[in-house]
Amino acid sequence: MSMPPLAALPAGVDSGDTAWMLVATALVLMMTPALGLFYAGLVREKNTLNTFMMCVGAIAVAGVVWALVGYSLAFDGTGSLLGGLGYVGLHDVTFVPREGTTIPHLLFMAFQATFCIITAALVSGAVVERMRFGPFLVFVALWSLLVYSVLAHWSFGGGWLAAGGTLDFAGGIPVEMGSGFSALAAALVVGQRKDYGRQALLPHNATYVLLGAGLLWFGWFGFNGGSGFSTGDPSVLAFVNTLLTPAAALVMWFVLDLIRGRKVTAIGAATAIIVGCVLITPAGAFISPGWALVLGAVGALPCYAVIVWRPRTRVDETLDVLAAHGIAGFTGILFIGFFASLAWNGVADGLFFGNASQLGDQALAALVTPLYAFGMTYLLLRAMSLFTSLRSTEHEEAVGMDFVQHGEEAYASGEGAILVMPESERERRLVADPTP
Amino acid sequence: MKLVIGIVRPEKANDVLEALYRAEVRGVSMSRVQGHGGELDRVETYRGTTVKMGLAEKVRFEVAVSDEFVEPTIEALCEGGRTGEVGDGKIFVMPLERAVRIRTGESDREAVTPVVNR
Repeated sequence: MSMPPLAALPAGVDSGDTAWMLVATALVLMMTPALGLFYAGLVREKNTLNTFMMCVGAIAVAGVVWALVGYSLAFDGTGSLLGGLGYVGLHDVTFVPREGTTIPHLLFMAFQATFCIITAALVSGAVVERMRFGPFLVFVALWSLLVYSVLAHWSFGGGWLAAGGTLDFAGGIPVEMGSGFSALAAALVVGQRKDYGRQALLPHNATYVLLGAGLLWFGWFGFNGGSGFSTGDPSVLAFVNTLLTPAAALVMWFVLDLIRGRKVTAIGAATAIIVGCVLITPAGAFISPGWALVLGAVGALPCYAVIVWRPRTRVDETLDVLAAHGIAGFTGILFIGFFASLAWNGVADGLFFGNASQLGDQALAALVTPLYAFGMTYLLLRAMSLFTSLRSTEHEEAVGMDFVQHGEEAYASGEGAILVMPESERERRLVADPTP
Repeated sequence: MKLVIGIVRPEKANDVLEALYRAEVRGVSMSRVQGHGGELDRVETYRGTTVKMGLAEKVRFEVAVSDEFVEPTIEALCEGGRTGEVGDGKIFVMPLERAVRIRTGESDREAVTPVVNR
């Protein structure tokens, strides 16, 4: 038996870069189940599985839709507003690298797919404990095309924001602001939970929340560290900043918790990890490690403020996606405009280093993205609500979404449960063992 | 002096607590129980295994009250616990022989009357 000769790498593919991006892609995919765990811990016991399943559902639906259409809309060509249809069904997406990258095109597509998936999953945080599972899956399919692919094209795929000079390293625009402001719209259209503002609706497992946040942080090293598509300096800087910014955000959160309630809270700490990771997502390889620390500390402030303020409103944006992603992404995008450093990133300086125009480019994205994400999500859900009911009935909400939507319970004991067997099977067993 | 036991749906427990509070019934114990009362079984499926949940999750309230509070307590349990569907639960009222407040040693009527009401 003769072995085929070892396949040579396609021209332009770097083995080290490809190895890292394979790992990074797996890391980012893991973030979505990690988010499921984080969200599941934050809801009530009776909605644990449904909340987790919204994240799993996003992997299913957004993953398929991305491969079929979304990737093409985001990454085919440099149209100003939207990509083309040349990559529909992964046509022409092969081992040959995209221009400007050193990894197989197919791997680039998969890495970007994991971003679309987690962004769609993030939005679920606004509607958990009441939105029906079927309509949510339809929403994910349409939203990933109408909102995510469009914003990804603008910021990553050569669209007008990227062409205009806006800097966004790993997705402050499509992922963080895209999910955060969409979440606000989703919460407004779907409406508040029936007991919101009337009863205490508390997280049922803070350990899940901390573990989920920890796994998200771990995955985020692939998210930010992979967004340079190589093992070069930008990836290393973004990777290290992904350690520093969340650490600084944690410290600041501890201080704010101490001032406000005299105690450092666990769920606050989990939130701070997410906020810190989101803050550094856009700024990743554009700011120095020193400024990354400052970003964590300073950027925690507006997010903390919104998290304290939001529950006092009538808006049941249940798991505070707006504060943790929308506001943090907004802050991170603007921070680049102030503190980007040419010496570190080789691309552009911010206002602090004498380049005021960068701040203008960043402010434009920080203004337009929230408007688009909010507006399009609002219209999409309003349109969907003409055809179907987006949410469960009050009675179903009271029973809990796990049983109503999935016919399962997260913590089923089995006590008093009677095995249901098909009649033929029951008879066969009775014949084999006639003792009653 | 009676012991009022109310067994209600877990999802109505908060409504019952609110109703009891409005009726100024303040001394309450609550526990999670499993029971069966003729309602339709929930059918759940775990991979290939389909099961009927023969016992449903319920919440059991125990309220020891002086005689004039028996009716308000029953009304509150009914008002807070009712959905109109089979499975809303039951209320049992039993004579109570003796009650003692551990902190003060007070017994019976004084023991089941909240401090704020005196």
